[in-house]
Amino acid sequence: MIKAVMVINTFGKPRLSKFYEFQPVEKQQELIRHVYTVLSNRPDNVSNFIRSLGAIFGPDTRLVYKHYATLYFVFLFDNSENELAMLDLIQAVFVETLDKCFRSVCELDVVFNYSKMHIILDEIILGGQVLETDSVEVVKAVEEISKLESTTSAGTLINKSIPSWWAR
Amino acid sequence: MNPFSSGTRLRDMIRAIRASKTAAEERAVVRKECAAIRAAISDNDHDYRHRNLAKLMFIHMLGYPTHFGQMECLKLIASPGFPEKRIGYLGLMLLLDERQEVLMLVTNSIKQDLNHTNQYIVGLALCALGNIGSAEMARDLAPEVERLLKFRDPNIRKKAALCSIRIIKKVPDLAENFIHAAASLLSEKHHGVLITGVQLCIDLCKISTEALEHFRKKCTDGLVKLMRDLANSPYAPEYDISGITDPFLQIRLLRLLRSLGKDDADASDTMNDILAQVATKTESNKNAGNAILYECVAAIMSVEDNGGLRVLAINILGRFLSNRDNNIRYVALNMLMKALAVDSQAVQRHRTTILECVKDSDPSIRKRAVELVYLLVNESNVKPMTKELIEYLEASDPEFRGDLTAKICSIVEKFSPEKIWYIDQMLKVLSEAGNDVKDEAWHSLIVVITNASNLHGYAVRSLYRSVQAAGEQETLVRVAIWCIGEYGDMLVNNAGRLDIEEPLTVTESDAVDVLETSFKSHSFDLTTRAMCLIALLKLSSRFPTCSQRINDIIVQYKGSFVLELQQRAIEFNSIIARHQNIRPSLVERMPVLDEATHSGRKAGSVPAAVSTSQGVSVNLPNGVAKPSAAPLVDLLDLSSDDVPAPSSSGGDFLQDLLGVDLVPVSSQSGTNQAQVSGTNVLLDLLSIGTPSANSSPSTIQASPSNVDTKSPMDLLDRLSSPSAPSVQVSTTAGSSPMLDLLNGFPSSSPIAVTEGNGLAYPSIVAFESSSLKLTFNFSKQPENPQTTLIEASFTNKSGEVLTNFIFQAAVPKFLQLHLDPASGNMLPANSSGSIMQKLKLTNSQHGKKSLVMRIRIAYKVNNKDVLEEGQVNNFPREL
Repeated sequence: MIKAVMVINTFGKPRLSKFYEFQPVEKQQELIRHVYTVLSNRPDNVSNFIRSLGAIFGPDTRLVYKHYATLYFVFLFDNSENELAMLDLIQAVFVETLDKCFRSVCELDVVFNYSKMHIILDEIILGGQVLETDSVEVVKAVEEISKLESTTSAGTLINKSIPSWWAR
Repeated sequence: MNPFSSGTRLRDMIRAIRASKTAAEERAVVRKECAAIRAAISDNDHDYRHRNLAKLMFIHMLGYPTHFGQMECLKLIASPGFPEKRIGYLGLMLLLDERQEVLMLVTNSIKQDLNHTNQYIVGLALCALGNIGSAEMARDLAPEVERLLKFRDPNIRKKAALCSIRIIKKVPDLAENFIHAAASLLSEKHHGVLITGVQLCIDLCKISTEALEHFRKKCTDGLVKLMRDLANSPYAPEYDISGITDPFLQIRLLRLLRSLGKDDADASDTMNDILAQVATKTESNKNAGNAILYECVAAIMSVEDNGGLRVLAINILGRFLSNRDNNIRYVALNMLMKALAVDSQAVQRHRTTILECVKDSDPSIRKRAVELVYLLVNESNVKPMTKELIEYLEASDPEFRGDLTAKICSIVEKFSPEKIWYIDQMLKVLSEAGNDVKDEAWHSLIVVITNASNLHGYAVRSLYRSVQAAGEQETLVRVAIWCIGEYGDMLVNNAGRLDIEEPLTVTESDAVDVLETSFKSHSFDLTTRAMCLIALLKLSSRFPTCSQRINDIIVQYKGSFVLELQQRAIEFNSIIARHQNIRPSLVERMPVLDEATHSGRKAGSVPAAVSTSQGVSVNLPNGVAKPSAAPLVDLLDLSSDDVPAPSSSGGDFLQDLLGVDLVPVSSQSGTNQAQVSGTNVLLDLLSIGTPSANSSPSTIQASPSNVDTKSPMDLLDRLSSPSAPSVQVSTTAGSSPMLDLLNGFPSSSPIAVTEGNGLAYPSIVAFESSSLKLTFNFSKQPENPQTTLIEASFTNKSGEVLTNFIFQAAVPKFLQLHLDPASGNMLPANSSGSIMQKLKLTNSQHGKKSLVMRIRIAYKVNNKDVLEEGQVNNFPREL
């Protein structure tokens, strides 16, 4: 089971975080900080897997990360997941979907489309389990949802002032 | 209502937060936004509700409190529009959690949405339920989810499948309702549904044996066929990842097969062919392919063995080790470690490749590889493996050396075929990485050397050579110093030379040179230099010609600013100058250190060693809290971590030291000779003539368990003349000028105590907690009214066994406390046994002040450390 998904920038600011096991806010922040410290001290030429994370993550927690430009994409999961597959889930599914949605994604896209990021993530992972691995399917679902949001909210009062927060 | 009251747009808020230069600025922005949102919430402003919630989620991610927005989620979920619902559900998943009562309120909304005509709204509800559903929600909504498993749209079916996993995890009783629905998902064509369906089956198998049996019987064949179709399928672009068809589904299938095949020969038999096919046919030049192979190996390791498959699997891992991708090597090493338990022979075949990984450029891989190599070493391959590792030690990174040396030391110690080989290898390690060698390792080396009487000369000569070549490695120098001090004569006269040795010419003054250089070197720490001093003292007797030179060196340190060195220098100078008659017996060779005791202690002290490095006072297995010991105390005490040294202040061990040949005054030999726990071994070495010098500081940290009676102290007893009566030095001696003592004036007046007919006093319950009871029984000797003898008895009222039990006590200055060792350190449960410990309290204000004592009891229960403290005020007044 996937325990958490984090996107952290290279300065340690969380850009997206989702925990699939309940954690209080303070603990979430502590975990994010801890992951950031571990990652920022890692040289570039080493493996993308970390097993010895320390006690605060609980036993058997593994971490897979992928570093893109200014962002770290991090998945935390337990021993029922395959590390190599998790790496593919980051690079071949999650990031590829983001690329398709944002036309080569960058940190700004992630920051300003916070809510859309969650739509995408929710179409890939549900309750800590992999939901869909085909990025075309994911993009299709995300587009449907976007379309639905713009049509149903059309004509309401908030239409003119609000849409910018979810549409690009 | 002012439509502009709710402030900025989300985008503007994010911009403002990003523009903040300092954390304080960011906090100010957030505070302002939160205030606006709170105001909007209390105005019940529904036009901006979902924008406000979106802002709150962003603020939440940054780590600020957002609990005040929770009710807003519910309102949004209950509203009819899709955008509101979506933000509401998102907020529900992020801001709330399953423990909150708010969730009770949302169950009904979710139920309605699960039955909504708009499938996207159904999707939202499923997603929320799957992420945060509680047990109550799971019970209430399970029928809806079950129905949705058969929904027409595959996107809903796959979400419902994952939602079911949440439900059965929360309420395992519901598992059987899902077995048939899950089985029918396995015949789906849609890959997304298949992945989730297979995952549902995996989790059902974990939760219910009924499900496991059902799938084993009904689905194994189908799954094998599915796997075969996938593995043989032509290129299918939609689920393809770098040229491999749907690796995620293949991995999930392999994992399900693994659960089905585990401990079941028939199922394993059915899947052997397909596992072999996947293992041989899968492309291994891409990450996706390797992920499948890795999963396949894991499956083969778990299912019932049919011979060849496992070798095939381990060979795949062997191939992984030479892959260029770090990740692949990393997982291979992890898996090989597990495989070792299954088939160590097959793993041994990849030894060379694994050894190569010790030299990897990736530290995490090196670390794994060393761990694996460590497991692979056995009696038959220890020599070549050690050779490789030591050779690599020369080239390794500084930060990796500590790990590597620790492992090498442990390997050679564990598997060395003969002592001379062990000594040789250790010398290599010490010469190469002496500064990274842990204390236990060089301690063990010395123990081995003392035990190998035929190798004393060989060892000291090899050490001499090594020090000439690598004199900067501190632990090497320490071992050399120790051996030169002990066996310096063999260094010079080449005694016991082995055939393989080259002859070596060392003069007496060469040997002293080594000690002098090390002693005067500023790069060595106090321990090393103090060891030099002792070795010099020893040589002064072994090499009479150098005696004057040695004395000159020692004299220079009489003014050392380092207290320990100064003190030693003064003492040793005095020994050399004034006590010629006792010197030879003082500096006799150390008795052979007992290997069994040493290794026993070492095994017991592993956790202690760990915590020492953190600078914490440690609880040793034999139950003594050891404060950081004075360096001198440890000088010759090879296993310094293990010998319990009580909180001996400088004064205490001075007394011990000065116990040398003190004329005993009026003490009854053998009476009441309570050994103070952890008498400093070294110091006792010098206190020849007194079996055990007894110090009784006013505050004692006592050990309940007996002192390691096999410590060298005992051996010394043999040295002591049989007629020597025991001496007790009272604390008061601490105040007496030590020079007097050195000059041989007996100054202290030991407390003479006899076990007399004690007077009877009522016993008291000194301390009682929920789990412990401590009672004191008193007695007094009529001739000595100041002194009270207390018999403390501990009983354990709880249902759990207490281990590592330590009792400590402290008293005010007017009292003197002496604790005897306790009768044990383990307390059986339910008052079924007790620990006894004798205490002796001397009240210098007898008649004026009554007794009082602070106590502290430490123990382990269920491996958890517990500390109880208390004060005993209820001593009978007449004591």
